[in-house]
Amino acid sequence: MLRVAAVAKTFVLHLQGGVPIPVLEDVSFSVAAGECLALSGPSGAGKSTLLRMLYGNYRADSGHIRVWHDGDWLDIAAADPRAVLAARARTLGYVSQFLRVVPRVAALDIVAEAGGGDRDAAAKLLHRLNIPPRLHGLPPATFSGGEQQRVNLARGFIARRPVLLLDEPTASLDAENRDIVIGMIHEAKARGAAIVGIFHDAAVRDAVATRLYPVTPLQDAYDRDHSDQCHAGAAA
Amino acid sequence: MADDTLLAARGLSLAFGRVQALAGVDADLWPGEVLAIVGESGSGKTTLLDVLSGRLRPDAGVAWYRDPDGALHDVHAMPQPKLRALHRSDWGFVRQNPRDALRLGVTAGGNVGERLMAQGNRHYGGIRDVAENWLHRVEIDTARMDDLPRTFSGGMLQRLQIARTLVTHPRLVFMDEPIGGLDVSVQARLLDLIRTLVAQLGIAVVLVTHDLSVARLLAHRIMVMQRGRVVESGLTDQVLDDPHHPYTQLLVSSVLQA
Repeated sequence: MLRVAAVAKTFVLHLQGGVPIPVLEDVSFSVAAGECLALSGPSGAGKSTLLRMLYGNYRADSGHIRVWHDGDWLDIAAADPRAVLAARARTLGYVSQFLRVVPRVAALDIVAEAGGGDRDAAAKLLHRLNIPPRLHGLPPATFSGGEQQRVNLARGFIARRPVLLLDEPTASLDAENRDIVIGMIHEAKARGAAIVGIFHDAAVRDAVATRLYPVTPLQDAYDRDHSDQCHAGAAA
Repeated sequence: MADDTLLAARGLSLAFGRVQALAGVDADLWPGEVLAIVGESGSGKTTLLDVLSGRLRPDAGVAWYRDPDGALHDVHAMPQPKLRALHRSDWGFVRQNPRDALRLGVTAGGNVGERLMAQGNRHYGGIRDVAENWLHRVEIDTARMDDLPRTFSGGMLQRLQIARTLVTHPRLVFMDEPIGGLDVSVQARLLDLIRTLVAQLGIAVVLVTHDLSVARLLAHRIMVMQRGRVVESGLTDQVLDDPHHPYTQLLVSSVLQA
């Protein structure tokens, strides 16, 4: 469903004199239907950057991000904007940590819109995620962090996309809601979704991940290599 | 141009005296797509809108529009009556200041119905029904139908302008800072209305805005302009979240986070 090959990413900060910040190098993996790949590594290693690249939100400097879309492979790293939008509309689902919506749109409408207008399904899913009906008609701007994240989860899961990208989907949730989300991820795998996620909570990761992909900070690698050379020099 | 583009421009240039307002600008727009043009004042974004819509003639370059029958028209070679007819039917223009577009001495319902009549619709009762329906769609109390616009608030005037523009179901609407002159408290309502109506009617929009959050919420694609040139373009969230050009990085980093 997803094939990532030799992907690299460097941010260039023009406002800071053009400092290059290398973040990812030679990232390659593939994810089959029904699998859940967990990106692991310390914070700052580039896990969220990688996940955003899979969604086409960040650009790749090189390499390929091929997604099985409409019966063919589409390279998100090279696709034109309209093709990326088509892939997001039918193939790629993304649950970010934060909800970004027009301020006055009601929670139920946000979820229903993502689900092709099915308000009943939206209400059911919100209910399953313990968002009570009295909140369905309100815009989520006033909700708690955990409630906003659950609206975001409902929006991400309602459309049953073939590829799901999850960035810390349980970060602001209590144990009960966390278990509900684990159940939803299991169901998505069972229906054949290919999932890539970042799960800091080890219990969640152990419950849902079929494999781990370690993302190592490039700057650390550079420092380590460099200090090895220094040690070697000192030893000599 | 591709077979299915609605509007395509190549090499548009225009100078005002020594100021190069546009320098070799290319643009494409597909049916149902919202394209945002962003940049600071003086970057050339409003000039580009005026050239694309035929209100200004470029020094060089060409803009093509594809009509519903698939025929291509060079916007700047069209006879004036034909261009005016296009602006009354297939196209719409939403200005920052609704007072520039509305007829302030004509009732709210009349402002909406007038555009239908300009298309040759002569059935008064039918026109009144359609106008009433459109006031409802833009959330103006239909009891205000026979009131003059001068009694309306700024937000209501802008919603009335939108009803007047969309009543003929245009395929392409040019918008120049449609939210710009309004209080923050009414901006969200107008944003949501524009987003919903544009999606429902499948209208293509060229949207000029200096407000990156408006571009983010409304536009599929974005073009960043600086000194008459397009310095960066692409998928809206990609350009705003991972800007590559120094000027785009400056624009994005200059926004105050609310």
